[in-house]
Amino acid sequence: MTQLQPHFANALPHLPPPLLRVENLCKVFPVGKAAQLHAVDQVSFQIQPGESLGLVGESGCGKSTLIRLITRLLDVTSGEIYFDDALLSTTAARQFPRSQHRASLQLVFQDPTDSLNPRFSAYDTIADPIRRLSPQQDKQQLQARVAELADWVGLPQDLLSRFPHQLSGGQKARVGIARAIALNPKLLVLDEPTSALDVSVQAVILHLLADLKQRLGMSYLFVSHDLNVIRLLCDRVLVMYLGKIVESGPVDQIFSHPQHPYTEALISAIPSFESKPHPIALTGEPRSPINPAPQVCRLYGRCPRGEDRCQQVMPELQAIAPNHQVACHFPVSAAADSRD
Amino acid sequence: MLSVEDLSVEFRTRAGVVKALEAVNFSVQPGETVGIVGESGSGKSVTAFTLMGVLDRAGQVTAGRALFQSNRVAVDLLKESESSLRQLRGQELSMIFQNPRTALNPIRQVGKQITDVLRCHSDLPPADLRLKALEMLASVRIPDPVKRYEAYPYELSGGLCQRIMIALALACSPELLIADEPTTGLDVTTQTTVMNLLKDLAAQRQMATVLITHDLALASEYCDRIVVMHAGHVVESAPTHSLFSQPRHPYTAKLIAATPEPHKSFAELMPIGGNLPDLKAMDLAPCRFSTRCDRFDSALCGQTPLKRAALAPDHQVACWQPL
Repeated sequence: MTQLQPHFANALPHLPPPLLRVENLCKVFPVGKAAQLHAVDQVSFQIQPGESLGLVGESGCGKSTLIRLITRLLDVTSGEIYFDDALLSTTAARQFPRSQHRASLQLVFQDPTDSLNPRFSAYDTIADPIRRLSPQQDKQQLQARVAELADWVGLPQDLLSRFPHQLSGGQKARVGIARAIALNPKLLVLDEPTSALDVSVQAVILHLLADLKQRLGMSYLFVSHDLNVIRLLCDRVLVMYLGKIVESGPVDQIFSHPQHPYTEALISAIPSFESKPHPIALTGEPRSPINPAPQVCRLYGRCPRGEDRCQQVMPELQAIAPNHQVACHFPVSAAADSRD
Repeated sequence: MLSVEDLSVEFRTRAGVVKALEAVNFSVQPGETVGIVGESGSGKSVTAFTLMGVLDRAGQVTAGRALFQSNRVAVDLLKESESSLRQLRGQELSMIFQNPRTALNPIRQVGKQITDVLRCHSDLPPADLRLKALEMLASVRIPDPVKRYEAYPYELSGGLCQRIMIALALACSPELLIADEPTTGLDVTTQTTVMNLLKDLAAQRQMATVLITHDLALASEYCDRIVVMHAGHVVESAPTHSLFSQPRHPYTAKLIAATPEPHKSFAELMPIGGNLPDLKAMDLAPCRFSTRCDRFDSALCGQTPLKRAALAPDHQVACWQPL
């Protein structure tokens, strides 16, 4: 069994130990009698200290479940999560708020309005994690720290006494970010941080996130379905489709030479100024994640390259270049090579 | 075919009168796709609701005309009675709403929702309604229409729900379709499928489309002309190519610079400073972009009324000192 491999097996000697390592992570939700929804299926990846990893995929592909597993808001079905060389996945989600790692693993939520307590002022929202998790309880120190955080995220001090309904979308996003970085986390998980914002504000928040990362030396796990945003902010990308990682690699390589047919379709679907609308290769509806056939590729049926083999053998993630892995029997460049 | 002239809309609220639209002008030719873009709060949806006659009760049209002309009718949409608007809706003009899940009736089979539209707005005999509904489901490329006819909205994915909305809107072959953010909340791949479908259907039926979106890149791919709105004003309207190659209003230029794009580097991504002005304010500046504009010149830009000029026959700009 792959799960039984010693956990240091794929740590390369010249790399620092990864900050986060996820091994064969699975999450299955029971839905009715004998039916199981495979939300996250055998997912493995690593994040190095200081790295920004992007996670893309369409809605329902398991992105949110995956980050809820990693931030320990959900219990795992099987597999391991190592953070800073400590095994997190055995701690129950209910116990994790008392874990020493809670402070270093923080999450910025998708909707800046819904994720703030409407009865907490901006000050209380930002101070809450410090009050709960940090030994530094002195009121003056706390005030100084909140002021510093507000300054870092570009939130004017006089807005700290306001409640969420008195703040604009961009200001609420800043409060959410200040709360998440209040305890100097090592890993910040960002769940579509800009999807609810207008382009004018989105650009500000993206610049802010890039600055904060440099200033605080955090790692980012950046979840988005906006590939343009991922491309600007991340070093590496994971592409997820129906619970599985189908491709992973450096951002530039994935965008210039996508290998998986799904990645290719995703990238060709990005709207850009004045390009002509293009027919998209993917047709039909996604397969059901409920009791999926284990031997059939999840994209089979929508994939323009699908052949019989795709419904007989599930393709595994394989390296096709250093740091670039793809799970497909018929990756894009292989077909191009055979045509030459 | 549609010509909106000097449309102004106000909302009476407890906190004051919100001047949501002021002197909005644009027109749509038969078969054309016109994009209306702008940030949230710029008045895009209010424009659409006004044209459809489904504006909230607090909203009042204070000035302007919306002349709609087709083979069958020629009317001012703002002057029509509710009963004659009911006749027009569906047959002449139709709308797709932003969130398909909330716009569909959650406790009625989607096929029946389509037959409801047909029963109200077409002369089909009751026996043919189901067949026509199935035909509509097939025309929006829903796989297995007979089975989906009986589905409820919660059983369908977001992309499928949006296609049901399109089928509903197009059931009586309208001349003009208003699509209000038809792909917000959908994935990029689904977005492309839905947009391509809309484009194909519009071409097949020679239907004019007004596409309301905040996504400038999306509008540039699918629209013939683009109207840029900011805080209830139309700041610029031009054919897509000239708008992008040579934006003349500072806001349009900033909007283009703020949109992430495949070939844009991080440093090139420029935020737009400031916020939309408070539309309740009594002393609202004549140019509502003045507080965010780098080119603001109080002597020139403070003049009333705001200068609206045609820099080319099809290129209008509302600015005293266009780029």
